[in-house]
Amino acid sequence: MADVVSFAFAFDAESEAELTMLVARYPAGKQASAVIPGLYVVQHQMKRQTGSAWVPVKGMDALAARLDMAPIRVYEVATFYYMFNMAPIGKYHLQLCTTTPCWLRGSDDVVAACREATGIKGWKETSSDGLFTMTEVECVGGCVNAPIIQVDDDYYEDMDREKTLALIAALRKGKPPPRGSMIGRQNSAPVGGPTTLHFAPEA
Amino acid sequence: MLQDKDRIFTNLYGIHDPLLAGARSRGDWDNTAAILARGRDGIIDEMKKSGLRGRGGAGFPTGLKWSFMPKQSTLPGYLVVNADESEPGTCKDREILRHDPHKLVEGCLIAGFAMGACAAYIYVRGEFYNEGRMLQAAVDEAYAAGLIGKNACGSGYDYDVFVHRGAGAYICGEETALIESLEGKKGMPRMKPPFPAGVGLYGCPSTVNNVESIAVAPTILRRGADWFLSIGRPNNAGPKLFCISGHVNKPCNVEEELGIPMRELIERHAGGVRGGWDNLLAVIPGGASVPMIPKSICDDIPMDFDSLRGVRSGLGTAAVIVMDKSTDLIKAIARLSKFYMHESCGQCTPCREGTGWMWRTMNRMVEGKADIGEIDTLEQVTKQVEGHTICALGDAAAWPIQGLIRHFRPVMEERIAAYKARISSPSRMAAE
Repeated sequence: MADVVSFAFAFDAESEAELTMLVARYPAGKQASAVIPGLYVVQHQMKRQTGSAWVPVKGMDALAARLDMAPIRVYEVATFYYMFNMAPIGKYHLQLCTTTPCWLRGSDDVVAACREATGIKGWKETSSDGLFTMTEVECVGGCVNAPIIQVDDDYYEDMDREKTLALIAALRKGKPPPRGSMIGRQNSAPVGGPTTLHFAPEA
Repeated sequence: MLQDKDRIFTNLYGIHDPLLAGARSRGDWDNTAAILARGRDGIIDEMKKSGLRGRGGAGFPTGLKWSFMPKQSTLPGYLVVNADESEPGTCKDREILRHDPHKLVEGCLIAGFAMGACAAYIYVRGEFYNEGRMLQAAVDEAYAAGLIGKNACGSGYDYDVFVHRGAGAYICGEETALIESLEGKKGMPRMKPPFPAGVGLYGCPSTVNNVESIAVAPTILRRGADWFLSIGRPNNAGPKLFCISGHVNKPCNVEEELGIPMRELIERHAGGVRGGWDNLLAVIPGGASVPMIPKSICDDIPMDFDSLRGVRSGLGTAAVIVMDKSTDLIKAIARLSKFYMHESCGQCTPCREGTGWMWRTMNRMVEGKADIGEIDTLEQVTKQVEGHTICALGDAAAWPIQGLIRHFRPVMEERIAAYKARISSPSRMAAE
C-alpha cells in the first residue's frame, strides 16, 4: 500500500484550471470556501494519475498552500466529511446504502451479492485484484428507488441480488451500464408509468 | 386530489427537457422582470399571504423568514439554498435539481432579490454529483441568457448564483452547519442567536431555505397567493412533493396536495401497501427523524403539518416510509440509531455520547438481550438527549426510538421475554 504521508503530489494543469474557477465563486479573501471542492480536485487528479481516487497528505498540503490555509484546517475538513478517501481504494468504489429505506427493500441481499461477486469480506476493504472497494454508506437520498449502489459518482437503483451480480460482472469487463433504475422505470415514477402529469407531451 | 393543472413540478420524472428550452415551455422565466418589478415588499407580502411553509422539514413560514433580512445593511446579503438532502426516506430535491433546475435558479433570483441578497449559494450534497452537474448546466445557461448575473432579466439588479458541492455529511443540512461548511470548515452547528438573518455566511445577513421552498416561489408569484391557498388545508397550503418508499408495490415520488389522506396517497400513487392495506404495520410519515405511527393512526390521517403533529409525529420532509407486517420494527429503528450515531458531529456531549449509547442499546433490544426495565431507561436517555444539544440532530435521534416505545412497547417486551426463554430453556442447556 502506498505511504499516504510521503506520496508525492503537485497540481497538474487541469487541476490548476479547476481551482482557479472554483476560487472565483467566493468573495475575495474567502477562498477557504473552496476547500471541499478543492479536495475533490485532489481526489480526481489522483484518479487520473494513479487509477485510484484518494487524497494523500501532500495533496492536502498543496491545497492548503493554494488556499492560504493552515494544513491542519484542510486535514480536519478532509477527515470530517465522508467522501474523501484518505487511503488508496479500488478502481470502482462500491458504496452501498444500508439505511432503513434501502434495508426495507432488500439491501442485505445486495450487500451479500457484492461480497460474493468481489470476494470482499469487510467494509472499506479492497478486492485482491484491486478492482473494487466496498463501503457502507448512509442514506444516499434516492429512497423511492431503493436499494441503491453508488459506483463512484453514479447511482444504480432498484437493485436486487441478480442485478448486483450483473453490475459487478459488467464493471469487471470495464463496461459500466448506464446509471439509473436497473428495472427500466422512468426515474422515480411508479413502475408501469406515472399516475399524474398526463397532459400532452411538449412539442 | 391535486389536478395536473395545479402541479408545479411538471417535469418531476424527467420525461421532458430539463434545460432552458424545455423549462421555458413549462412557463419558467416567463417575464421574471415583472415579478421583480413588484418590489421587495410586494414579493414578500405575496409569499406571506400564500401561507407557504418551509419544505425542508420544520415548516416555518417562508415569507416571514425572508422578511427577517435587514432592510438596510452595509454588508452584502446571501441566500443559501439547502440542497444537502440527506434525511433518510427523502429524495424530492434530487428531482428538482436534475429535472426542473430552472425552477430553482429562477426562485433563487426572486427570493434573493426580495431579501436584498447579492448572490445565492446552492449547497448540493456531494453524492448528488450528476444532479449538481445538471444544476450547474442550468446556471450556466441562465447566465448566458442574461437571466442572472449583471442586470438579471433586464431588471437592473445584479445577482449571482453559485453551486457548491458538499462531501457527505447529514449534519450540513442543519442551517448553521451548512454555513460553516460553506465557509470551508467542519460542519458543526453554531449557537443561535445570532440567527443567520443577522450574522450568517461570512458574518453577513443570510437566509437558508430548502430547495423545494425556493423552487415553488416563482409559480406562487405568477399564479397568486389565492391559488396556492386554494390547495390543501388551512395553515397547510399548497401542493407538496411526497416520497413514498419501503413496503409499497410501486415506490415513487409524487406531487400531491397537503392534507391528502395517507391511505389515498399510498394507494393512488404507490400501488398500495405490499399485501394490501391490512398488511400495514407502521409508517414513518416524514423522514427518519419523526416518530412512527401504527396502522390504526394511518387509517385516516391527513398528510399535513398540523394533523401529523396532532398525533405526536410530523410531516417533516413528507418522506413516507412504509413498513408492512413482515418488518422487524426494532431493527428498522436500530438502523436509524446507527445513522444518527454516524452523523453526529460530536460537538455536544449528549448527542455524541447519547447516539452511540442509544444505538448499542437498540442493538440489544433487537436481540432481546436486555431487561424489561431497560426500555424505560432507554426512553429516559432519549429525553436527556432531546432538547439538550445545539442543533436538532439530538432530537432527531431521540424521536424514532420514542415513537417505537410509544406504539410498540409490547413488541420489545416480547422480544426480551423470548430471549430470556431461549437462554434458560433446558434444550439449550443440554446442547451446551
